[in-house]
Amino acid sequence: MSAHAEEHFAGSNKLFTSIWFWLVLLTLVEIFLAYRPMSIHFMLTILLGLSIIKAALIVAYFMHLKFERLSLILTIVPMLVVCICLLFVFFPDSFRSAGLRYEFKEAPPPPAAEEH
Amino acid sequence: MSTEARAVHFPAEDWGGGVHPYRVGHRKLGMWLFIVSDSLTFSALLMGYSYLRASNVWPTPFPFYPSIVFSSVMTFCLLSSSLTMVFGVSASSRGDKTAARKWILATICFGAAFVVLHLIEWNHLISEGLRPFSLPEHWVSTFTTSDGKLPSPLFGATFFTITGLHMFHVATGIIYLAVVAARVKKVNHEDIEISGLYWHFVDLVWMFVFPLIYIMSVDVGGHLAK
Repeated sequence: MSAHAEEHFAGSNKLFTSIWFWLVLLTLVEIFLAYRPMSIHFMLTILLGLSIIKAALIVAYFMHLKFERLSLILTIVPMLVVCICLLFVFFPDSFRSAGLRYEFKEAPPPPAAEEH
Repeated sequence: MSTEARAVHFPAEDWGGGVHPYRVGHRKLGMWLFIVSDSLTFSALLMGYSYLRASNVWPTPFPFYPSIVFSSVMTFCLLSSSLTMVFGVSASSRGDKTAARKWILATICFGAAFVVLHLIEWNHLISEGLRPFSLPEHWVSTFTTSDGKLPSPLFGATFFTITGLHMFHVATGIIYLAVVAARVKKVNHEDIEISGLYWHFVDLVWMFVFPLIYIMSVDVGGHLAK
């Protein structure tokens, strides 16, 4: 009825349902992985990879960014990725403090007071 | 003179004012910018959690039932709510505001189910003895390492902060969608799309919270040892 009612919302309900199906499937894969014996680093890598895929599907199709202008995508996405990557600068300090925290507990007992 | 000459060659149709260079309205652009800043809030919280986790002995206490079963059903609710929301936006773009309202109400139901399940899940943990700055006694004895390193008491702080802030977003989203559903005939299509953007963002955040907080903390007898 309004002048801009013709703004077409691209994507069919069938497409959205298939995206939903993939999101549920990837979630089930994550839950399955939780019970597989593997190293924590390997598991973290796979889980983050799956999460990024899921986030990309949601942003591209549900949030409709795939159908927006490239200028909007370039304004929003790269700077967010850069800012999040910059946060990784804290991790060396995290690994360093892991060593410090527990070395204090291992401190040698004080020398016996024998000063006569 | 030379400035004017340059201005003539500038592609004024997009950036000269009077048009939308991004082809979205200012409210939708505002919601996108809010989503960007809120993503950074959650990123910082998840980074803080990862920082603490990497520098401490971290408990992995979540049993299959209730924690993982509940959080998986919650994930399913949130994913399904995103689907119903996108159906609502789709119906609204066809001008079918009645169908849009029904889909938005379905979204609200899924969102409410998420909050209720999450509160039950919180209640399980609180009754077990988890607090923001202390662990239940039996977790401490279970997760102390063989060389006597105690598990971090900050597990509860990170858990309640991150899932609590997310739950607050879901609750806010439910109120927002209820207002949109009540006024669905008055608001235009783009306003409904904007409320959808917010709702999908809440879903998106959970796609990181669920694996990092829940899946990474499953109790499987310590096979996740470093």
